[in-house]
Amino acid sequence: MGLKNKLISLWQQLFGDSIRAFGTVSLVFLFSLAIAPAKNYFSEWRHYQKQYLKMIRSRGEAVTLQRHFQGDIQQIWLPELGVVDRCTTCHVGLKEASLVDVSRQPFRKHPVIPHSIDQFGCAMCHRGQGPATTAEEAHRSTLAWEQPILPAKYIESSCGQCHQGELTGTPRLNEGRHLLSSYGCVHCHTVKLPDGTTMKATDDPPSLSHIADKTTREWIYAWLKDPKAYAATATMPNFKLSDEEARDISAFLIANSQPVPGDNVTLTAKAATDPSAGASLYGESFCASCHTVQNAAGNLVGGKLGPELTRVGSKVQPEWLQAWLRNPRIYDPPTGMPHYRFNDEQVVTLAGFLEAKTDSDLLANVHLDPATPEQIAHGKRLVTDYGCASCHEIGGIKKPENFAPELSRIGSKAVNQLIFLPGMSHTLPDYIAGKIGDPRAFSPGLKMPQYRFSPAQMDSLTTALLSLNERSHSLPPSLEVAATPESNYEPAGEAGKLMHDLACVSCHRINGHGGDMAPDLSWEGSSVQRQWLVEFLKNPNTLRPALIRRMPKFNLTDSEINELTDYIMTVYQSPAVDRDSLPLTGYSPAQVEQGKQLFYSKYACQSCHIVDPKNDKGYIAPTLTQVGSRLTAAWIYMWMKNPQALRPGSIEPNRSMNDEDARALTAFLMAQKGSARQEAKKR
Amino acid sequence: MTRRLLAIGMISIAMLSTGCARKALSLSPKATAFGSALVESSGGKQIAAIGSILPQPVVVQVNDEQGNAVTGASVQFSGPPGVTFDPASGISDSSGQFASNVSLGGMAGRYQITAATINQAGKRVELKLEEIALGYQQVLGRQLNDQYCDRCHNPESTPERVSNYDNLEVKPHPFTEGETLNKMSDADVAAIINHGGPALNKSPLMPPYGYTLSKTEIQALIAYIRAVSDPPYKTPGLVYAKN
Repeated sequence: MGLKNKLISLWQQLFGDSIRAFGTVSLVFLFSLAIAPAKNYFSEWRHYQKQYLKMIRSRGEAVTLQRHFQGDIQQIWLPELGVVDRCTTCHVGLKEASLVDVSRQPFRKHPVIPHSIDQFGCAMCHRGQGPATTAEEAHRSTLAWEQPILPAKYIESSCGQCHQGELTGTPRLNEGRHLLSSYGCVHCHTVKLPDGTTMKATDDPPSLSHIADKTTREWIYAWLKDPKAYAATATMPNFKLSDEEARDISAFLIANSQPVPGDNVTLTAKAATDPSAGASLYGESFCASCHTVQNAAGNLVGGKLGPELTRVGSKVQPEWLQAWLRNPRIYDPPTGMPHYRFNDEQVVTLAGFLEAKTDSDLLANVHLDPATPEQIAHGKRLVTDYGCASCHEIGGIKKPENFAPELSRIGSKAVNQLIFLPGMSHTLPDYIAGKIGDPRAFSPGLKMPQYRFSPAQMDSLTTALLSLNERSHSLPPSLEVAATPESNYEPAGEAGKLMHDLACVSCHRINGHGGDMAPDLSWEGSSVQRQWLVEFLKNPNTLRPALIRRMPKFNLTDSEINELTDYIMTVYQSPAVDRDSLPLTGYSPAQVEQGKQLFYSKYACQSCHIVDPKNDKGYIAPTLTQVGSRLTAAWIYMWMKNPQALRPGSIEPNRSMNDEDARALTAFLMAQKGSARQEAKKR
Repeated sequence: MTRRLLAIGMISIAMLSTGCARKALSLSPKATAFGSALVESSGGKQIAAIGSILPQPVVVQVNDEQGNAVTGASVQFSGPPGVTFDPASGISDSSGQFASNVSLGGMAGRYQITAATINQAGKRVELKLEEIALGYQQVLGRQLNDQYCDRCHNPESTPERVSNYDNLEVKPHPFTEGETLNKMSDADVAAIINHGGPALNKSPLMPPYGYTLSKTEIQALIAYIRAVSDPPYKTPGLVYAKN
């Protein structure tokens, strides 16, 4: 009752007569009018700007900072890029170089990047909601705003929107793109790049059309069940097949296999009697330059170009292995494996050594009954269903088109189109990482196989995928930085055939095509003397004491060596080096002595090179004791003038040497003919 | 009336909080032993790009008063915002160790991470470790360092990369050597890189790289050298003329 009376008296006081009512209503009206300006006055961004002003007041350069400061909402508007960013409203100190010691956000200075913020805005790289004026709306995803801030670990993906090629400052993006093509992701998923090309796979999955020549059905079964059980370095993912599926696929592959004439032999030659001969031959042939083997400690020793050989004896058919070692091009013409010219005894010895690399556990539990026609037919269906032919050539089965969803714009897929797992944070990067990490968790029927990437590799892959987005396809052409296309250079003619047979470009790069294990040979003809090259091909050795030799001896015939040398000397010439401009001999002793002084004092070359093996210690750079019989004088001279012009990225600094010094050093180096004299003595 | 409501509210809050606490406890494996000290086994002072996982896990060891390893003690990692641990907590293994993969945050700089264990008396024993995160410029600098500088300035040799340090009569300064390098101004470091050792009356074994590297690249290198220096490099700040 009391409450009711109180209410009535309050009403009387406020609205008792018309004047009171008018006064009250006016007050309420005024108050509600004040709400908007008050909200503005107490807004978050004003709060930050006030804090900023307070912060700079105590600093030495307060006056400068104060002059740079502009109140109110700031905006970077770049219509042609679709950028409307108000981030600088709160992030006031982004461009203030003197705030380098401030770690408090939102006032940090932006770290050094190659682009100007005014030219690109913020959201272009960081994502988030550019036009928002509260931290919550700008940084997080809410119902209305879909785009949260990109976590720092994926920031390099934004560089990839414009830069299609490799960038030195973005190792993670580079690695991610490399993984996409080297793990064969792009065999199944089409990735169209903004320049109109399609991302190509760089792995080379073996053809399965002749697989019965090479291996057994039991091995195929074990491999299908778990590739990593056979090889720790396997790039083939695990398809999580049931026993029955693996049985039927292996049955089909064996039944479908067509023999290749000449790819299995039984040699009558006897293996070398010395039990360590196989291991020495493996070492001498530098098999470990390309193939890796897991040692007893579980460490992988060797290169990555060829398949791992830890358990190769459990895989290959002995007759096939001998034929392969004799000439790998009979079974697989385009293989990257060189055709070593082994004699029969060497083939048998090396084959015996490799066959002993077995793992009794691998096939211990694999017992397969002879395949029935139903199983083979079922196997064929499975091969089609799982898209095996996307990666492998399989006789009679066509490579499927668009087998998996296209990923050209995956980096801007809307969150509301994704299905998340329970407990997962609802962001695109987490979805992508989750999907690669465990695809079948999203749906047991999914065909995508299980890869085993390290957490760092997952971050790299996600970075590369996030760079494939809508923005990357809709940029103004002036911003697009295309990748340098990989050249498809192949050496020509008879020598070209020989170089193909020896797989030179597996390790050497020539005219923009080939591997990076060994030196670039594009200008080898300008660089070296003919006689040296002949000797080197007969008996290769490393030039740098600190480097492991990797170049194998191919047991070439003299005519083959001549053929190769002639080709290299004539064709691989640098336009910048005229071989005949400087003589190989005939330098005056005074000039040589002057060069020696420069070598040891002014330029201190002995820190990396050895000329006098007794006193010099520099073993990281090529030894120069015989450089006078190895390199041409013109090459040395040009090298002195600018090493990076001849070999980009060379660690030897460009000294911008004057002509006189370069000439004297050339004279001194050309006088170092050590090995020629030694060779002469030997003969 | 209000008092009763208040009491009910308080009781329910208390019940809820104990319930949650119990749940949280049951999630982490139970410690069966207690140590009295934490020591670093490996993984401190690592260098990685912002947001990256450190190349090696951070491993700490729980010891008792005699310095023997303690198995089954609880260990918990924590760090500034942005740093994540996988796993963040657990118990020490049979050799008293606990390892965690650490991802650094999004800002370049040094991150102090804390490993903690509970001793017999129920008190927290802490160990602080420092890790270094590189921003864009420093990552660029690191690549240049790996390509041009590391050969001589890093005394450690590996089978793939033999160091030239031992061959040099005048020893180069490793870039972590803050005692020396922090005393040099950016301009001095740039001068040595540009013009070689003789620019500052130092050894000619340090060759000039001014014709090989661009200005931007030299700045990036300096940023990297500053980032990895130990003790940390402090920017001198601006110097103002005074009347």
